[in-house]
Amino acid sequence: MSTEAMIDHSVDATPTAARRLPLWAWPVGIFAAIAVLSLVRLITGRNDIASSGTLSAALALAMPIAFAGLGGLWSERSGVINIGLEGMMVLGTWGGAYGALIGGPWAGILMAAFCGAVGGLIHALATVTFGVDHIVSGVAINIVAVGAASFLAARFFGDLDGGSDVQSPPVAQPPKVGIPGIADPLSTIEQKGWFFLSELAALLKALTTGLSALTVIGLALFVLTFYVLWRTPFGLRIRSCGESPTAAESLGVNVYLHKYLAVTISGALAGLGGGFLSMVATNIYRESQVDGRGYIGLAAMIFGNWRPGGLLMGSGLFGFMDALQLRGGGAALHALLLLIALLLLALGLWQIIRRGRTIQGAVAIAVAIAVALIWVVTDSVPGDITPFAPHLTTLLVLAFASQRLRPPKSIGQVYRKGEGH
Amino acid sequence: MNLNPRRIALTLAAPVLAIAVAFVITSLVLAAVGDPVGTVWKVLLDEPRPRTLVNIVNSATTYYIAAVAVAIGFKMKLFNIGVDGQYRIASFGAALVAGYGWLPGPLNIIFAMLVAMLIGGAWAGIAAWLKVTRGVSEVISTIMLNTISAGLVGWGLRSWGQRPEGSNSRTTTPIPEGSRLEGIALIPDAPNRVYTLILLALLVGVAYWFIINKTRFGFDLRAAGASETAAVASGVDYKRMIFISIVASGAVAGLVGMPAFFGLDHAYGMNFQEGVGFVGIGVALLGRNHPVGIAAAALLWSWLEKSSDGLQLQAGVSPALVYIIQGSILLAVVVAYEVVARIEKRLEQSQVSRQLQAREATEGAPA
Repeated sequence: MSTEAMIDHSVDATPTAARRLPLWAWPVGIFAAIAVLSLVRLITGRNDIASSGTLSAALALAMPIAFAGLGGLWSERSGVINIGLEGMMVLGTWGGAYGALIGGPWAGILMAAFCGAVGGLIHALATVTFGVDHIVSGVAINIVAVGAASFLAARFFGDLDGGSDVQSPPVAQPPKVGIPGIADPLSTIEQKGWFFLSELAALLKALTTGLSALTVIGLALFVLTFYVLWRTPFGLRIRSCGESPTAAESLGVNVYLHKYLAVTISGALAGLGGGFLSMVATNIYRESQVDGRGYIGLAAMIFGNWRPGGLLMGSGLFGFMDALQLRGGGAALHALLLLIALLLLALGLWQIIRRGRTIQGAVAIAVAIAVALIWVVTDSVPGDITPFAPHLTTLLVLAFASQRLRPPKSIGQVYRKGEGH
Repeated sequence: MNLNPRRIALTLAAPVLAIAVAFVITSLVLAAVGDPVGTVWKVLLDEPRPRTLVNIVNSATTYYIAAVAVAIGFKMKLFNIGVDGQYRIASFGAALVAGYGWLPGPLNIIFAMLVAMLIGGAWAGIAAWLKVTRGVSEVISTIMLNTISAGLVGWGLRSWGQRPEGSNSRTTTPIPEGSRLEGIALIPDAPNRVYTLILLALLVGVAYWFIINKTRFGFDLRAAGASETAAVASGVDYKRMIFISIVASGAVAGLVGMPAFFGLDHAYGMNFQEGVGFVGIGVALLGRNHPVGIAAAALLWSWLEKSSDGLQLQAGVSPALVYIIQGSILLAVVVAYEVVARIEKRLEQSQVSRQLQAREATEGAPA
């Protein structure tokens, strides 16, 4: 059984030219986002919407998703769809807690990566060596992993003091790091409530103080991934396996080996994401702790168009929404409605003025006005809606932007050596 | 159907091989962590008591319908990972309308089942629409819709549900006495009964077999699943087939909760079983999308699950072990199918070349 690519391009076959954002677009985009957030704060009067507390919570909530997404990136760039990320994260939560109990936080981090890598290796064995459909193998791994983690937890945590069959005793957390002496001045600026500057200070504070070592490692892994995949021959080979394995084969690339490596690395990264949950986000292993974050990571990767920068933004957005909901509940997310309205308005104007698409622009502006109206009329988002806000966002983004996404060309296809004609 | 002995042997080889491999893997895992291997298998392979047997049949009924829902998608090479969500939201909707009891007795049951199919189909229809018009993979969209459905049902329960005395969780209004199904005393000496709606599972299985194998639509569906280009060339509207098969899969998924609902629970609430959609994927794969194969797989699955209940008490091993067994069977079976398919291909090729050689020998070389 073979699956088509994650995004089916047979629909609306007009290919949009893949345009790379220039480098200056990143800082400009970030500054614009800060400015809009600041504007929303001034209009709604909700000071917690971009406070340093919210932003550092957002970072902590984004990291597991980002780890999983980064894992997905490695695997899918080599052409292997990985919905087993969820299961590999589950293995990582157990590994992290077990390692941390046995040999401290650093052993926990290694163990989390190792357990995830085992999951990745199984996925590689099934999909690369045996040519099993990627989705099928992923589903099977998710089932095995949940069972294995639950079984191992009962076996190894059940008899410990403070542990039970479904929960580990508290474990040692990785150390916190930060730039000393910078927190106080930034706090002062944040407290002033200045337009733009306060938000900038809050962001800097969230990024420079009280970070877990694992967060720093994760962010470094993003840089490393970009460098390895896009700037080294090894990365080019991995990506060539995802674009056209037969072409890679004809150039002497060992496709099996590169796919194996990429999928195993993918598992290790997802495992680190699981370890983050059991060692940093909390300090215990708990059953069903992952709770679909592997899938969200995959969604963030698609959202980010199979590129590390976009993936980081996607996970940041999901983390931010989670943080708002956890800290401020429906009322904080309500302020976000205004943000959405503003963004849609900008999008609509851009469509009309710069691209001459009157209809699309008008639709966007109409939706913007509707969202703004909802914002005026209501004063909170129902609590039951908030937990699935990220999922809804993913669905909407896929619905409106899937034609602009460009997945690796041979993703999901079974490759067998010597059979490409 | 081709019934030559080699083919039958090869078809059966994969599941048997898979179960053997799962047995070995599980034993190795048990040995590695120092658990009693022999005792565990003794507990698991013990003959179930009549009461347990009824439970096995009952949960197999649920899994069977879920697996058929998944299999409809598989026939078209579509992955409906969203059976879980479709089944959840449809069960809730059906429970809600059945609770009002607008129609008398059996009519209420049929009405609720139609509502369930409608909601399940409509919910899957979102994924189908996204796939057909926007090119969004059904895998991702159904995964997202699973979580969204859980949130919506939570909100629905808070809006329309009620809280029974002395309970923390909300349920829908229990259905009237007249709409409850007592069950069939299928297994002698058992104090409990098999769900009446096992008949529904039977009906779903027969309808599935008939539509896929005996109708023009089923032929188109299989053709489109086997090769998009061939199907389009023979005049099949490929997008329409995608849409219909996802919606049909969702409609069947809507029925998954019905046997337990009318036979046991009578209200949507605490007893709702999560993850049935994922079990359905495993069962459909193990049963190779064949109505009889799926039934065997569903029984195996629920037998493992129910017999694992004794593990904690009798062997001191976590019942979660059963997920390892199930997952290993699943992984092993899909690998085995691939391996067997390769062997089959090779055997066929060598047979053809032998026949060709034999013919050349009798006809002699062309002049």
